[in-house]
Amino acid sequence: MSDLLFAQNRFGLGPRGNQPAGPRDGREWVEAQLGQRLAALDDVPTRAEAAEALIAYREERRDARQNAPATPATMASGDAMAAPPTMSMAPMPANGAPARRAARPPELAAARRDQRDLYLRAVDARIGAALTTPTPFLERMAHFWANHFAVAATKMTTVGYAGLLELDAIRPNLTGRFADLLLAVEHHPAMLLYLDQAQSVGPNSTAGQRAESRGRDVGLNENLAREILELHTLGVRTGYSQADVTEFARALTGWTVAGIGRGPMRRLMSGSSGDFAFAEILHEPGTRTILGKRYGEDGEGQARSVLLDLSVHPATARHIAVKLARHFIADDPPPAAVSRIEQAFLASRGDLPTVYRALIAAPEAWQSDRPKFRNPWEWTIASMRALELPAPPAQRTVGLLNELGMPVWRPTSPAGFDDVAASWAGPDALVRRVEAAGRFANAAGQGVDARALAPRVLGARLSTATATAISRAESPATGLALLLVSPEFLRR
Amino acid sequence: MDRRSFLAAGASGVAAATFAPRLAFAAAATDRRFLFVIQRGAADGLAILAPTGDPGYASLRPQLGAEAATGSRVDAMFTLHPALRQVAAMTAARQALLVHAVASPYRDRSHFDGQNVLETGGALPYRMQDGWMNRLIRTMPDNPQAIAFAPAVPPALRGSARVASYAPSNLPDAGEDLMIRVGDLYANDAQLGPLWNEALMARTKAGNLADGRGAAAAGALAARMMKGPGGARIGMVETDGWDTHTAQRGRLNSQLTGLDAMLAAYRDGLGEDWKNTLVLVATEFGRTAHENGTGGTDHGTASTAFLLGGAVAGGKVLADWPGLAPASLYEARDLKPTLNLDALIASALGQHFGQDPARMAQLLFPDTNSAPLKQSLVTG
Repeated sequence: MSDLLFAQNRFGLGPRGNQPAGPRDGREWVEAQLGQRLAALDDVPTRAEAAEALIAYREERRDARQNAPATPATMASGDAMAAPPTMSMAPMPANGAPARRAARPPELAAARRDQRDLYLRAVDARIGAALTTPTPFLERMAHFWANHFAVAATKMTTVGYAGLLELDAIRPNLTGRFADLLLAVEHHPAMLLYLDQAQSVGPNSTAGQRAESRGRDVGLNENLAREILELHTLGVRTGYSQADVTEFARALTGWTVAGIGRGPMRRLMSGSSGDFAFAEILHEPGTRTILGKRYGEDGEGQARSVLLDLSVHPATARHIAVKLARHFIADDPPPAAVSRIEQAFLASRGDLPTVYRALIAAPEAWQSDRPKFRNPWEWTIASMRALELPAPPAQRTVGLLNELGMPVWRPTSPAGFDDVAASWAGPDALVRRVEAAGRFANAAGQGVDARALAPRVLGARLSTATATAISRAESPATGLALLLVSPEFLRR
Repeated sequence: MDRRSFLAAGASGVAAATFAPRLAFAAAATDRRFLFVIQRGAADGLAILAPTGDPGYASLRPQLGAEAATGSRVDAMFTLHPALRQVAAMTAARQALLVHAVASPYRDRSHFDGQNVLETGGALPYRMQDGWMNRLIRTMPDNPQAIAFAPAVPPALRGSARVASYAPSNLPDAGEDLMIRVGDLYANDAQLGPLWNEALMARTKAGNLADGRGAAAAGALAARMMKGPGGARIGMVETDGWDTHTAQRGRLNSQLTGLDAMLAAYRDGLGEDWKNTLVLVATEFGRTAHENGTGGTDHGTASTAFLLGGAVAGGKVLADWPGLAPASLYEARDLKPTLNLDALIASALGQHFGQDPARMAQLLFPDTNSAPLKQSLVTG
């Protein structure tokens, strides 16, 4: 029988402190979740709300510019959020407040706040689910895919939208086919806005030709096409060329977001604001050749056909298998496990439960000798679950995860957050966890006895050294903090 | 005893056994310093140091090119971006050498692979396991202190030589008792023990100046921790936000304003030590020569790099300018690389630390082992 606590740490979000360990089999516990779907979350923002907030923000910003012509610096950093953990280059005066805040009209400030409120509501929903879910493995998969298909709330265009990609494209598609997950993600306004697809125009499209005749400069943006190939499907260095990227970008033209496009095209797009729209007038006409295959003219269907082919490509199977094995098993994924997951992907043409089953069946995933270092999100959630802490206001968790170096839905690049220990186990990062652990322990109060809790959350992993250190702590709070930053709890 | 003095005692007491040799060496051998500022996201060299004298420039950049007119003219060909006022002043004082059409050996257009090549110094992504800055530490006889101004150590500094990391945090300090007990708990953990000792040492040095998170504050912090006889000799600052696919004009202006402020604060903070300091600013690759249809630029090839510092043989642009005519572009779309970034780094560091640049190239970039440049990049 496999250890339930081990499974809860390796495949789940860490045990809750008050959960009876019970005689349940760990592997059975994970597999039972594969037939389920994640429940819809309460009080999550909708695309319509996000679109409305973004449109309002843009209008206020335009008004603000017309009323008070801004310097270029003012325009620019208006698009940035608070300082990310790696240094933001946005200039700040000595008092630490962004330079232009004083000059910002109240309407614009309110529009920014509305966008940020949407972000915080989405964060709130994510944390609530992570703390109370009956299916922690599926929650982990939601976090995994949200990082694989990363969008970042680092510019005002995506602040209100970033969480929605996970909430409405990823969470409903966790246990279906990879193709459906991929299509849902690439059609989502958050992705189309984040990777600049919404503004890409085919040079020979109706809109492109019209703009050119008026001397306006519009055209292709290849950002989404490149990242789909490099990050979302095949993986980097898998044989596609610059020409494939550009051809794919041409096929993707017309994939945009209704109601929030800019300029003269906006009124020509049908559909409700904030939803995916295929705008024929932006689409580059003609046949495309990508990875040696010809795709005939088929409007929106052209890029969709490319995505369907990519979704079952052998390089995609390999890429996903490596990432899953790295996430759940080891920084250096064991080749045998990768190969079995890859085969399951290929044989099932990307049926995700089949792929997950191969992962769970891998004996390497059940070896306790090479635990993974928990990233800041995993460690924070595991800590709050172990101590039975209620979800704090989202704003507090957001601040904490900024300090720990992993701001929610705000990786610094479309590659998402790194998944190896070297990125998280830094000298200073460790001190910050100790500081955060002190805060958690104080929040838990005096009622929790770390000596009793440690075996309940660490099981067989609890070392004598950690047990001894906890038992000698000068206070219950110090004991709890030591448990959270113990070498065993930092890993899973 | 307050937190900071506890940490000072803790670092010198707890870590004395392991670190005594390093601390003894720290004040010896070289008083030269090196700071690497990485621009993650592929900074647009054609906007940073605009080739305004090239007849092809204006037509490639109908929207983005206009701002160059208000920048600082370096010579008949090149104009610095107007946001780089302090860099322009350093150039005028011959303390900045501006390098153009430069690239690492990497020729594809993935940020992550490109940054991996830039940081590991390999010929191909993921060929080398450690970073060239870590190898630099190991080539230096006095085992100098090195620090990353970030919560975790970036790949360029990863490797077998110990590296500290530090970035200011807004979290409340943990109690002193907890800090001591955690140190005991990690003492026998091969991964956590050394990290903990490095963290305590770095925090001690940061003292109370580690507040404020803006660009200038980051520069001042780096200077504070690299200044004086006990200061770290090697440092690295990460900056991101250079991936300007859309609306590049405003975003790049903001990025460069911050970079400029950070470099000036670092220079001012170092005081006398500036004359012994070399700063390298570099990015993983450049951006397309043409602006794209959305007011930005896509992933390209060659870009710019800066060498800054009191000892730099500056005041000019170093470039074998390939030109911007359609036939001169790399793959008909990007600025063509004519200068090897590995060679530039090895040459500058060899000259700076008084080692043979050819040997430096061999040690830091064994995969490519580029021939050093003939030019004098750093004086004395």
